[in-house]
Amino acid sequence: MGIKGKVISTALILGAFGLAGAGLVATVEKYTRDQREASIIAARLRSLHAVIPPKIHDNDLLNDSILIDDPVFSAKFPTIVYRARNNGQPVAAAFETTAPEGYAGPIRLMIGIGIDGRLLGVRALEHRETPGLGDGIEVERSDWILRFSGRSIGDPPLSRWAVKKDGGVFDQFTGATITPRLVVNTVKKTLLYFNAHRDEVFARENHDEP
Amino acid sequence: MNHEIHHLIKEGLWKNNPGLVQLLGLCPLLAVTATAVNGLGLGIATTLTLVFSNTIISLIRNVVTSAIRIPVFVLVIASTVTAIELILQAWFYDLYKTLGIFIPLIVTNCAIIGRAEAYASKNAVPLAFVDGLAMGTGFTLVLLVLGAMREVLGRGTIFSGAHMLLGESFRDVHIVLAQDHSGFLLAILPPGAFLGLGILLAIKNLIDKRMEKRSTKVQEFPLTFHPAAEK
Repeated sequence: MGIKGKVISTALILGAFGLAGAGLVATVEKYTRDQREASIIAARLRSLHAVIPPKIHDNDLLNDSILIDDPVFSAKFPTIVYRARNNGQPVAAAFETTAPEGYAGPIRLMIGIGIDGRLLGVRALEHRETPGLGDGIEVERSDWILRFSGRSIGDPPLSRWAVKKDGGVFDQFTGATITPRLVVNTVKKTLLYFNAHRDEVFARENHDEP
Repeated sequence: MNHEIHHLIKEGLWKNNPGLVQLLGLCPLLAVTATAVNGLGLGIATTLTLVFSNTIISLIRNVVTSAIRIPVFVLVIASTVTAIELILQAWFYDLYKTLGIFIPLIVTNCAIIGRAEAYASKNAVPLAFVDGLAMGTGFTLVLLVLGAMREVLGRGTIFSGAHMLLGESFRDVHIVLAQDHSGFLLAILPPGAFLGLGILLAIKNLIDKRMEKRSTKVQEFPLTFHPAAEK
């Protein structure tokens, strides 16, 4: 075999492996597609049901959502509102929103609010806060974030909706004030927005792709 | 061949352990070991990759010429890792989210291409398979021990997040060793990973030294007393 033949056969072998590798990935991609989509939906539904109890609504939360475009919320990250209804009557809304100025990057929050303006629950979905300090906002790490449940604008009064260091009623963490302060302020902003736009939030046309 | 298998297992788990002796794949080793479950999860994914890539590379070792072996190895490893990533996303979604970028980064774990080049490309399929399994298990054990160490010190728990690996019914299997443990913060921060690995290395070397001492003693024994016994 001449040098030319050798080059060609080597190129063919390399090409064959490229094709085989792509084939393997394509096959696995195809056979896992349904399961992967189901996992993503299940995970999102789980985080929704952490802030809106499943028994208070009968609609499909994931397919009843709107995108909010308001200067109150960060323009860089989408704020999605999932609307819970029972027999067609609005009962609660879950705001998936991002507080961009965390200590170590944006913090994604899920905030569930009942139709009466009381918080049903708050959860941190994603963050990069310091382990052992700011990560106390995770429900797995501390019960801090559970203390929002039942609160509303008025309980505590608006002027006291802040961490203790800023004259409010909410605890900060030892050695970490920035993270809890941001979460408290974001929850407050969201509550104020909900109180002002409640009817609009539930009346708006469903947004197809959340 | 039995002897060779025995040798491979010893090499992978202890004498030539990828994490403790070859010090390969340090980036994931240090980054994901904040908890035992994360370490175990990445360890299993790495082991699967090693077993598949070693087996495939051994199968094709006579087809691939040395000029193109490195690109072919990279192709094999990259497609294996991508397939594993898709499978994790489908059935272990929480773990997939937690390990994040470190799953695709398995491709760059030098331990994998190292075994392909040093062993799988020169040996028969069954041996390459065992080598991948032994090396992967050795790596997994280091990840697990380091993760457990850092989790106990840093958070006062062990096996928290076990549901990510075993399913929702295992959510509560984790053991809280110290209630209201405020945590030894250094252990879960990146420097804690380096310190932890350093301690593990020291322990391993200490054990090796002890064993060496003992085995030389055993050898010396008959030598010194042999003439006396003959009398």
